Amino acid sequence: MAVCVAVIAKENYPLYIRSVPTENELKFHYMVHTSLDVVDEKISAMGKALVDQRELYLGLLYPTEDYKVYGYVTNSKVKFVMVVDSSNPALRDNEIRSMFRKLHNSYTDVMCNPFYNPGDRIQSRAFDSMVTSMMIQVC
Amino acid sequence: MVDAVLFEFLHTEMVAELWAHEADPDPGPGEQKMNLLVLESMGFRVGQALGERLPRETLALREELDVLKFLCKDLWVAVFQKQMDSLRTNHQALLCPQGTYVLQDSSFPLLVRMASGLQYVEEAPKFLAFTCGLLRGTLSTLGIKSLVTASVAALPACRFQVVVQRS
Repeated sequence: MAVCVAVIAKENYPLYIRSVPTENELKFHYMVHTSLDVVDEKISAMGKALVDQRELYLGLLYPTEDYKVYGYVTNSKVKFVMVVDSSNPALRDNEIRSMFRKLHNSYTDVMCNPFYNPGDRIQSRAFDSMVTSMMIQVC
Repeated sequence: MVDAVLFEFLHTEMVAELWAHEADPDPGPGEQKMNLLVLESMGFRVGQALGERLPRETLALREELDVLKFLCKDLWVAVFQKQMDSLRTNHQALLCPQGTYVLQDSSFPLLVRMASGLQYVEEAPKFLAFTCGLLRGTLSTLGIKSLVTASVAALPACRFQVVVQRS
């Protein structure tokens, strides 16, 4: 399960960032911030390659000894970054992809909400509960 | 399809509501502009949301032309159940270093019920303001700052001019 989830806007400021509260949150914020460079690198690398279709899912951005960081970018250049616990061996690629798909769908719902102004912090409770469901540790 | 009709009716009422509150003695061009601006900004917000929802799963929109083609095909089909009739580019590098695209629709669904010919040409811009905003909003979500204007020569054909602002 995810340890930290962040939604970064096109201009590279966070629209939403939430981590498991037991740990030092600042550490996760730094990890997300450094992963933005890797995301930009991947996006520009994909642009140069002569590939017809690019995928939205960017895959593993970089692994550290305790955590792995995954990235996903939408067509509107909004980035989703997820930090997961390395110790959980059962997390496969398709599970990460499905988590990102859920995030993307919830983000689209937030965008379609007329009370939400694009560019504001995301305060939707529905979005919060969806992220909570992804972050709860299953004992 | 029922939902297409619902949108048409809602749109007609939106325009009617805005123009119903005009002060009777000599409204002046300022009021007109205000109403058009309101319609355009409503369209803009809807376009932003659509720009997020419609292009799913593929990141194939790399060039500006791809984005414009997406507008003509997917966006128009989603909102008006038909594709745009023609897309032309009009890059005049000497006059303005920006990209200009002309999108033409020979039977625009919001105008097709009104008249077929030259009648009501002066009223037509009111019914195009929302759609201009829609185009501008979708373009802005997909990363392109632009200015969209519409013109009508004879109902129900209309053309939308998209000027891309490149800084």
